[in-house]
This record gives sequence, structure tokens and C-alpha cells, in this order.
Amino acid sequence: MNEFILIFRHQDGNKIASPEQIQIWMKQTMDWIGSITAKNKYVGGNGLPFQDAKVVRHKGLVTNGPFGEIKETIGGYVIVRADSVEEAVEFAKGCPVLQGEGNSVEVRKIAGGDGVH
Amino acid sequence: MKQQELIPHLFRTEYRKIVSVLCKRFGFGQIEIAEDIASDTFLTAAQSWPLNGLPENPVAWLYFVARNKAKNHLQRISVFESKVAPEVKREFSDQHLQEIDLSPQNINDSQLQMMFAICNPAIPPESQIGLSLRILCGFGIEEIADAFLTNKETINKRLFRAREKLREENIKIEMPHLSQIEERLEAVLTTIYLLFNEGYFSMSQNSVIRKDLCLEAMRLCNMLVENKITNKPAVNALLALMCFQASRFEARFDQNGQPVLYEEQDIELWNTELISKGGYFLNISSTGNTISKYHLEASIASWSTQKDDTREKWETVLYLYDLLLQIEYSPVAALNRIYALSKVKGKAEAIPEAEKLKMTDNQFYFTLLGELYTGVDREKSLQNFREALVLTKTETGKQAIQKKMQRI
Repeated sequence: MNEFILIFRHQDGNKIASPEQIQIWMKQTMDWIGSITAKNKYVGGNGLPFQDAKVVRHKGLVTNGPFGEIKETIGGYVIVRADSVEEAVEFAKGCPVLQGEGNSVEVRKIAGGDGVH
Repeated sequence: MKQQELIPHLFRTEYRKIVSVLCKRFGFGQIEIAEDIASDTFLTAAQSWPLNGLPENPVAWLYFVARNKAKNHLQRISVFESKVAPEVKREFSDQHLQEIDLSPQNINDSQLQMMFAICNPAIPPESQIGLSLRILCGFGIEEIADAFLTNKETINKRLFRAREKLREENIKIEMPHLSQIEERLEAVLTTIYLLFNEGYFSMSQNSVIRKDLCLEAMRLCNMLVENKITNKPAVNALLALMCFQASRFEARFDQNGQPVLYEEQDIELWNTELISKGGYFLNISSTGNTISKYHLEASIASWSTQKDDTREKWETVLYLYDLLLQIEYSPVAALNRIYALSKVKGKAEAIPEAEKLKMTDNQFYFTLLGELYTGVDREKSLQNFREALVLTKTETGKQAIQKKMQRI
């Protein structure tokens, strides 16, 4: 069993939604995570608020970021347990973030202590 | 996961509170910032709650985050001002960074004051409704566009101009002077009633939004009733009127979304709780010595909750329409009066009265004539209904007329 991180990429984090729409979206996220938890495959996760975001660059240059330079922003991630990357991809397909056109979920295996990496 | 059982509409109910409080604090000059901070607060919640679990007290969490975001914003302005314009530094001292007051009292006051500010005669009525929906009801741009049957760009432009106007006119978020309350309340009640009608007669196919508009209008009116200063007879009358109308909400459309004519509605589906609430507020409204159009319309609406055709019913309704037309003439009221007249004095007398009105660009004029001629002159009845069909723009309206034609 490996651990995979599912990274939510938003094309535009500043879309205007009504509170109601945000709330619906939140419930869908809870349902989605609930379904992974029910299989005992949920490890953890977190949201990454855009506020107080900084990017530290080469030679210690610090900018407010990631806005302005990259339109795409990372809104959060979850970590799941899966037997294969295919299983992790199946989990990712249910992520409500994907309802937004242009959004994506990146699936990456987390390096484990199995001597392979 | 218990956390999935979220309090329904939590975000919507809190949105308006946060915007109202922040806007009062910042002034209309920065209304967009207040809206941004509120939206941002919900976005943060949506990013954090599903993954970290619901906070123990979600509302308090929202206020805490909104307050911090607001403070950060004020701090940034303060830094900017002190660096760019040192002479105004004193203005942005402690006083400017004081706590954002999110006490229940201030939240309620801010919302009421916001209501008066938005319903300012300086702004055109459709913008007042748009702003009310956005700021007081927390509707999304798309939802507002859907309610108005227009596109997002139009709504965005309309809201933009309305906000500009609020700034230009330097409208303050405050209670009107006590001596002006009645006068200013009139504009607020007009907007609330328009909001309700927008939902009740909406052309939108989205029945959820239609119902929400009505419920929001009733909620705003209820806020006025709950406040001592604004709890005036006309406010109670309007609330009574909306309760009576809304009581038929479930009966007006069938399962396929087709309109059900009044005479064919299933009384079992009428909401008796709302009807008795309407009676309660109508009773309270009958104090003081002024009769508003809402008093009369509410009284008429209360008779509509009794389906039986009694002589007493129609004589009273006719009398009420006579009074209503004296207070404020409207084509619809004039047509409805003639319908009541036909019930009291018979169709033979009502038909010439109706034809005198000559409202040949009004769909309801032809619908009324079509009904009056039903059972009297089949050809004329059909001809009038056909004219009405041409003038009717909404699909539901057309369906209703076609139903009447089928019955002839």
C-alpha cells in the first residue's frame, strides 16, 4: 500500500461565487472525503489559503505569491492510501474541484522508505 | 461524518451580516472590499472545513476569520497611508484599527441600516433589488441574472453603477432620522414587495430561486417588524400580504412545473400555518389611523385564502379594490376590480365596464375579457384569449391562458 498526494490546482482562485454555491461545493468536498474515509483510505489533507502566501526565490528574493506570475494556484491537497496509482486516480476523479473548467488534480506518489526511491 | 449535516443556508445568512458590518465600518467607498472580505472568508472556510473538520462554532469561526481579514486590510491601508501620505497618519491611528464590532446588536443594526441605504430613492428600483439580492440576501451574480432572465454582464454592470451611485451621493449607512422613518420606509417596503413579486411571478424556470426570492423578501420584512423603530402598521400589512400569497406556493405549480389555475388548486396544499400568520400580522397592522395599499392588498389576499364564492366575499373584495384604486391606481388593480364586479353584479354589467378600459397592450386586459365572455360568447372569449397569448411573454403565462381556452 502506497500513499499518494492529490494536489488541487485551480485555474482562477478568484471566481465570484455566492455563499450558497461555496457551501454546496464544501458539502460535496465533505462527501467526497467521506467516501474515501469509508474505505479507510484517507490519510489527511489541508486547504492552502491564498492569504499570506509568499514565494521565496533564488538568492532569497521573497515575493507575494503565487499571484501575478502564475495564474494557476494550488488550493489544497489530500493524501490517500492506494494499492496503485490507478486506484488513486479513481479517487481523484471524484474531487469536486474538477467541476471547475480548467481546474485539475495532480496525483503523485509520496516517496516511501521502501528503498526504491 | 456528522459534519456533513451543515446548518442549511449558513453561508447565505452570515454573508449579509458580515458585509453589512464591514461596510458600515468602512463606508460605501469600500463596499467592494467589504464584499471581497466576506466572499474570501467563505472561500477559506470551504478550503479548511472539509479537510480539518467543522469548527465547534462555525458562525463564530466565520466572524473570527472575517474580522482578521478586515484587520489585515485596515493595517495595509494604514501602512500605505503612513508611507505615502504621512500627514494623514493620525487618521489611521488606533481609532482606525479598533475592533470590528460583531456583536448581535451591531449586526442587526448594520443590516437594517444597510437596508435603508440600499433602498435609497437615488438608485433606480431594479438596482435596489439587485443590490438587495447581492448584499442583503447573498445571491451570486449568476443567480441574480437567472432571476432577472438576463446575463451576468448586465447584472455586473447594473451593480457596478448602483455602487458608484451610492458613493457619488455619499449615502451613509445609518438609520434615517425618526421623523423621516415613515417616508423612507415606503421605499424599503416597495423594494421588498418588488423582490417578493419577482419571485412570485418570476419568469425564471428555476423554482428554487423563485421560492428563495419570496422567502428572502419575507425575512427582510420580518426584520423590520422585529425592530421597534420600524415596526409600523404598513410593515405588518406587507408581511401579512406576503404570508397570504406565499401560502399557495406549493399549490400554484404541479409536479411538472406547470401552473395550476386558482380555481383548480388543491386546498390541501395551501399552507395553513402561513395563512394564520398572515391573519396575525394583518390584525397587528390594523392600528394607527392610516390605511396603506398593503393593508388593502393584504385584506384582499386574506379573502383569497377562502375559496368559496360567497356574496360577502366578493362585495367586500370589490369595496377593497375601490379603496385601493383611490390610494394608488394601477391597471392590474383596475382589472381585478372588474373581476370582483362581475362576481357581484354579473358578467353582463362587467363586460362593458371592462371594455371601457381599452388597455389593448395589456395581456391581463384580454385575459379578463376572455374570462368574462366565457359562457356568454364563445367566439369572443376565444378571440380575447388569443390576443392575450400574443402579448404574454412567459411560458408559464402562456400555459395558464391555454388552460383557460381548453375549458371553454
